[in-house]
Amino acid sequence: MGTTLKRRAGAYALLAPGTIWLVVFFLIPLYFLGRLSLNENLGTYYPFNWHWQNYSDALSLYDTQFIRSFEYSIVATLICLLLAYPLGYAIAFKAGKWRHAMLLVVAPFFTTYLIRTISWVTILSDESPVVDVLKFLHIVGSDGHILATPAAVVSGLVYNYLPFMVLPIYASLERLDTRLLEAAKDLYANAATTFFKVTLPLSAPGVVAGTLLTFIPATGDYVNAEFLGSSNSQMIGNVIQSLYLKQREYPAAAALSFVLMAIILVIVLIYIRFAGSEALMGEEGTAI
Amino acid sequence: MTAQMSAPARFWSWLREHAVLIIGVLVIVYMLVPIGVIFFFSFNNPSGRYNFTWVGFTLDHWKNVFGLPELNEALWTSIKLALLATLISTVVGTMMALALVRHQFFGRRAANFLIVIPMATPEIVMGSSLLSFFLILGSPALGFTTLLIAHVMFCISFVVVVVRSRLIGFDRRLEEAARDLGANSFETFRLVTLPLILPGIFGGAMLAFALSIDDFVISNFNSGTTVTFPLYIFGAFQRGVPVEVNCIAMILFGITVAAMAFTTIQQRRAEKMASIRPDQEELPPAAVTEIAAT
Repeated sequence: MGTTLKRRAGAYALLAPGTIWLVVFFLIPLYFLGRLSLNENLGTYYPFNWHWQNYSDALSLYDTQFIRSFEYSIVATLICLLLAYPLGYAIAFKAGKWRHAMLLVVAPFFTTYLIRTISWVTILSDESPVVDVLKFLHIVGSDGHILATPAAVVSGLVYNYLPFMVLPIYASLERLDTRLLEAAKDLYANAATTFFKVTLPLSAPGVVAGTLLTFIPATGDYVNAEFLGSSNSQMIGNVIQSLYLKQREYPAAAALSFVLMAIILVIVLIYIRFAGSEALMGEEGTAI
Repeated sequence: MTAQMSAPARFWSWLREHAVLIIGVLVIVYMLVPIGVIFFFSFNNPSGRYNFTWVGFTLDHWKNVFGLPELNEALWTSIKLALLATLISTVVGTMMALALVRHQFFGRRAANFLIVIPMATPEIVMGSSLLSFFLILGSPALGFTTLLIAHVMFCISFVVVVVRSRLIGFDRRLEEAARDLGANSFETFRLVTLPLILPGIFGGAMLAFALSIDDFVISNFNSGTTVTFPLYIFGAFQRGVPVEVNCIAMILFGITVAAMAFTTIQQRRAEKMASIRPDQEELPPAAVTEIAAT
């Protein structure tokens, strides 16, 4: 009896500092965000008076950027999935002794996020050979640009969040019991059937984790839109950032931020409900 | 079957066989191109303020890497901040991971949930909510302290996840063996548990350091007038980022690659150590003699 109590007290003592830090500096600030979003903006001071109008004002003013953020991040997530699945599959099953070399996919993480985004300004600029090739292939018109277009922003998002998609997919494929694939073959399944009936379902947790790890940060991102986009491709992150830090419209900015979080939370919950929560809450190895 | 196949048919069958691998390699090339661009443009000699188009080769910027006082100061702030945030979040996160893996207690699910949600929250929401918190409370004044608070906050979860994955595979019989040899719980922790989970802790610490030194979004909200390395780059973007920034990015890249290689080797060694079973072989000799001496 005494020892269990002592052990339990030990567990709480170990848990306390981190829990307190997360409650005080993560959960309570979320409450303050919600509270600030209901303050009225009177120019010089911001009294709290349940000013729900902030929400309708902010949403009617910035609905374009809101919808655009979700469009960009959904497109970017899908492209990431299309690129990441073959790569994860290749690393897990096809690379052989080159497997470790192929984990170079995380190399971009070793350079500063802002600088690698800025390097896309060079790669996509009008003088770049990449743009010449795209013009030659008639993907881009002869007087077309890529930089400062939605395509540039989406490609920046794809680039920056691709490793988040590759790693969980690779992790789930790598754990896959290859005897199941042999069994499918023995039962006369062809390559396509084996893939769709065995490989893909078994790697689903990796796909779920990867899409969430890509979609969530991509929706709130504003660095790519800032560096690679124009005023016509601003995302909601740019708006929140500028309202907070430049225009000091705190209540409106807080309202937008709160709505962004709420929408993402709802999407994530629905998604997990359909796809299973294993990827996010269960096996920790897959989440990172 | 290959004997009758014509050359194009052979090519197509080869392509079908290796298609996944080819796509994989292309994706990796795509991931590495910007790093190549950063590297080459660190030798560029731009004619104006903007380092976007290639003008000519020079080593001037490499010779002058630490010649820009503002940049140095920002870099130094980032390093101090990252070291402190890493230290705090690693200690706190390791404690949490130990509690979660080794103990059953009321509120375990809630604690797990508290660790997962910061990772599932967009940075801009975390940044703006912390700013709201500091604004409404009126203190502490935005600056190094608020940056440190924010960085520790977003690093904790990642440390917990990394250390926890290490603890899950831990063979607890090694600890029992130490106890049987007369070690008390502190000695057991110091001489057996800690050395074995150290690579996990080190991995968590490295991740925390990398996240902290690279963080822009949350820092941008809570920095006040303090400038970190990423904030310096963001500020410099409109008026032209100096070439020296590319050099520093490559230096950081080199250090990170070296550190990663080091942890991978350490991790392999620890895996070997952990795979030693008490009934097969002995504990590392140093541990045994120290335990026996007590």
